Amino acid sequence: MKTDLTDTTASKINKALVQGRRASGTPAVGMVLTLVIVTDEENAYDALRAASDAAHEHPSRTLVVIKRVSRSPRERTQSRLDAEVRIGADAGTGETVVLRLYGEVVDHAQSVVLPLLLPDAPVVVWWPVNAPLDPANDPLGALAQRRVTDTYACEEPVRELVARAESYTPGDTDLSWTRITPWRSMLAAALDQVDCRVQSVEVEGEAFNPSCELLAMWLADRLDVPVERSASSGPGLTAVRMETDCGPVVLDRADGSLATLSIQGQPARAVALKRRETAELMAEELRRLDPDDTYASALRYGVNRLSTPPKGAGGRSLGTGAPVEATAQAPARDTAREEEPVRKAATT
Amino acid sequence: MSSSNPLRDPADRRLPRIAGPSGLVIFGVTGDLSRKKLMPAVYDLANRGLLPPGFSLVGFARRDWENEDFTQVVHDAVKEHARTTFREEVWQQLIQGMRFVQGTFDDDDSFERLRDTIDELDKAQGTGGNFAFYLSVPPKSFPVVIQQLRRHGLADQSGGSWRRAVIEKPFGHDLRSAEELNAIVHEVFAPDQVFRIDHYLGKETVQNILALRFANTMFEPIWNRSYVDHVQITMAEDIGIGGRAGYYDGIGAARDVIQNHLLQLLALTAMEEPASFDADALAAEKTKVLGAVRLPKDLGRDTVRGQYAAGWQGGAKAVGYLEEEGIDPKSTTDTYAAIKVGIDNRRWAGVPFYLRTGKRLGRRVTEIAVVFQRAPHSPFDTSATEELGQNAIVIRVQPDEGVTVRFGSKVPGTSMEIRDVSMDFAYGESFTESSPEAYERLILDVLLGDANLFPRTEEVELSWKILDPIERYWDENGTPAQYPAGTWGPVEADDMLERDGRSWRRP
Repeated sequence: MKTDLTDTTASKINKALVQGRRASGTPAVGMVLTLVIVTDEENAYDALRAASDAAHEHPSRTLVVIKRVSRSPRERTQSRLDAEVRIGADAGTGETVVLRLYGEVVDHAQSVVLPLLLPDAPVVVWWPVNAPLDPANDPLGALAQRRVTDTYACEEPVRELVARAESYTPGDTDLSWTRITPWRSMLAAALDQVDCRVQSVEVEGEAFNPSCELLAMWLADRLDVPVERSASSGPGLTAVRMETDCGPVVLDRADGSLATLSIQGQPARAVALKRRETAELMAEELRRLDPDDTYASALRYGVNRLSTPPKGAGGRSLGTGAPVEATAQAPARDTAREEEPVRKAATT
Repeated sequence: MSSSNPLRDPADRRLPRIAGPSGLVIFGVTGDLSRKKLMPAVYDLANRGLLPPGFSLVGFARRDWENEDFTQVVHDAVKEHARTTFREEVWQQLIQGMRFVQGTFDDDDSFERLRDTIDELDKAQGTGGNFAFYLSVPPKSFPVVIQQLRRHGLADQSGGSWRRAVIEKPFGHDLRSAEELNAIVHEVFAPDQVFRIDHYLGKETVQNILALRFANTMFEPIWNRSYVDHVQITMAEDIGIGGRAGYYDGIGAARDVIQNHLLQLLALTAMEEPASFDADALAAEKTKVLGAVRLPKDLGRDTVRGQYAAGWQGGAKAVGYLEEEGIDPKSTTDTYAAIKVGIDNRRWAGVPFYLRTGKRLGRRVTEIAVVFQRAPHSPFDTSATEELGQNAIVIRVQPDEGVTVRFGSKVPGTSMEIRDVSMDFAYGESFTESSPEAYERLILDVLLGDANLFPRTEEVELSWKILDPIERYWDENGTPAQYPAGTWGPVEADDMLERDGRSWRRP
């Protein structure tokens, strides 16, 4: 069931939700959390789709806050809230309200969202793009137990990581971190199989992919060894090479789905390491809502402490030996992943 | 496995519990259970990234198959029955470790080949000598397989590696046979390396009984004789015996279901809070409460057995048990069993636990209903509370997993009228789809060596001690009551509760 409300208020939306639930014959509220998606019109569709896929695992009330751009001074002084309420078959397992904010109310989105939160249930705010630099102090972020950002979608992911580290508040998390869980788990499993000390590590992956930095920082933080971050043409992360006192342990994934784990003195083994869809990432993200201390610790290790290969060294990296800090990037969304990033300058 | 892996951190809760290097050998791999449950569970585990790199799956059966035929069978089974979507790269990872060993259980050569295969896998896949042997075989083959494993050194743990045995019910058919079986298994495998699968314990809802009771404050204070009137534990099936005539006849519903599933559910419902959530502490409490179970004095009065007669089940005509193919027309095997037991301890003294199970009942359902006493005093006059029943908490184990709370509420309107309403928590609604299959959980636990969800020898033997006197009484007295297929059991069972002033819940 779908109800369109034009020029409305939060209390009218609440009324529509109750009515919708009655009409579809399921008055019980079995939802476990409120997910607030803050986005622009352009990214709303993909984000909502990912959220409703994830909602199969976590039935939730999803509030999509779309801040509309006002194109004239007159528009900016007017203020309007439109809502689209979806319940039942139209909303998967939960309820969805798409909120379109025009004019002045754009700056007061929390006043719309607050009355629509489920009682008692945890609140998660997700910014698929354009996350604020200090999520916990954002008016919407302040409502949430968990704040999900995505540095992958940023113009300058590495600078963003630095900012995230500075503003980190328990409850912050980033989808670039979520993306590497399978890698982390496979690397931990690899070290389960040998009894050696790791001496150094190299993390290789496409440039402008903050997941590589996060993985490198996590490894450096946990292993307390120098970690080098080198660039390749992707897709995503391509390899982690650990030098240990009993030979190399290498996890290599050239094609973005099937990886090879080779350990000195053991047969090489194929392991599945598929790049995951946003819906799967969100589902993982919503599984636990307590602060992720491991993320905090990895993030705070500091991007600057990672080393990069000297220029022109080795043939692994693609061309320039891509610097950790660069200044421009193609807009990063799923479709854009395979694209060659636009590189401007190398300022390490 | 190195114990001090710096990448492992208990605080890092995103990292799943991955089993260490290991492999699984399935005996009777061509069977139904293997195809419908075990193979899909292995794939689902791999797909969730919970199996170690190099995980190996070895099939052992009489079929004249090559490795390729075996992989094809697993492939088909996974495609058809797996819970998660089929992904090629996961499959590619799995098939590298798949082997098939052809042979019969009494053939020494085939066990030699099995050992060679395991040695080869240790080299090629790095399984590190860690193997679990899953005996998905008929009970009469248990001893021979176990002995063969011992004779060919397959059960020997060396250099820090482990060898485990996984066995399925039935764990014997009475106390004596259970003890014999345990002796045979334990002669070869140490008790902590033997995992008895009771797939009910792998179900999320069953594990949730513990969460419900011990993680909340609102249930435990009333979970005792001061508030609870009685408890009903039901496991009903709508199907008949199907093709299991050979196994079922002579065993019956009580041995098949009450001895293991229902008594385990009873133990979890009635036990005291364990000191911790580890296997030993849990087993200690379960053993204690099973040891306190007391049988009724008059077994003829407080137990009922039945057999389904011809009738209609859910719109389809069903034949009676005695007309089923392969069943002796004079058989006295029970397809329905209901028993009343008490628990002799301070918490439960005087509270009856009614257990019932049966085939060809109204619908397929398993649930635990804790029914509470009526309010000691009612300020409302009798006409107001005429439609008010007893409060109840119902834990629905399957299908439609969840918890229902039933209580009285005022009917909207002017006069005071109170009627039963129910409040519902459904797993399907609150956490859907991520619920793993029981076998996934249990296989992973076997590989991890986590024995929390597996009944122990003592529990199995205690359960037989409870059931044996009843079976003996039934053997010597009377015949099973007949009930039409598709109903909720024989009238005798209703009478049994009526004598206590109670009635069965319609689940």
